[in-house]
Amino acid sequence: METIIFYCIALFILITGILAVTARHIFRAAIWLLFALMGIAGLYFWMDLNFVAAVQIIIYVGGIVVLIIFSIFLTQQSGQKMAQASTKQTVFSMAAVVFGVAFIGSIITRFYFVESHNSMNTAVEHIGTQLMSVTQYGYALPFELVSILLLAAMIGSIVIAMKQKSEPKNN
Amino acid sequence: MQPITIQHILLLSTALFFIGVYGLFTRRNMIAVLMSIELMLNSININFVAFNKYLYPENLDGIFFFLFVITIAAAEAAVAIAIIIHLYRYNKQIDVAETGEMKF
Repeated sequence: METIIFYCIALFILITGILAVTARHIFRAAIWLLFALMGIAGLYFWMDLNFVAAVQIIIYVGGIVVLIIFSIFLTQQSGQKMAQASTKQTVFSMAAVVFGVAFIGSIITRFYFVESHNSMNTAVEHIGTQLMSVTQYGYALPFELVSILLLAAMIGSIVIAMKQKSEPKNN
Repeated sequence: MQPITIQHILLLSTALFFIGVYGLFTRRNMIAVLMSIELMLNSININFVAFNKYLYPENLDGIFFFLFVITIAAAEAAVAIAIIIHLYRYNKQIDVAETGEMKF
């Protein structure tokens, strides 16, 4: 049963992902991307990682895709189709993709992974204390660095997207 | 049917990564390129979480890397969209091939 559910989720992710990169209308591509991200959240639910799946839904589906859709509204005329790539470009990128999948796939199928049968403690309390701890396996310093990065990105995007005044005032 | 091992999940994330690469190669619109990059980042997140869950379940390093990658992806998307909107205001289109002002 678990196997069948995994294959359903995988098929859903791959189909919606392919549609997200091939749809001609950019708005439809964004909606397909939304479904692909929700399929990935479903994969995390399948792995019994509820916190990870919740974070995926909140940040990607609720944040990034909404941001992308807003920027589509700001920059595109509705109903306009995107320019299609040339046949040569399509053929060569398809060849590169097939080669890449075959290469990485052959490495993965040949490599012998030693799976561990311990169970994982995925309680949110455990994740939180481990993330903020300063002992071994603690991630307090990267956490602080990432918070500074987020602040810098926020200020930077405000400064970049701010409307410049067309001519300076003479006062 | 054989049970799902980590290799199935890694093959899924490989396929998803190269779908993103295909989009990156063929799309001309900057927002569509950004969407392909989001797909690639997501496939990498699947890898981190799967390694953590199936190979080293004692620690939670994979989950923390997932959280950091997702944070950096959000920051990257915000900055990229700010740049795209500024560019659109500047020359009214966001085609990758037509945007050469900053080319060195």
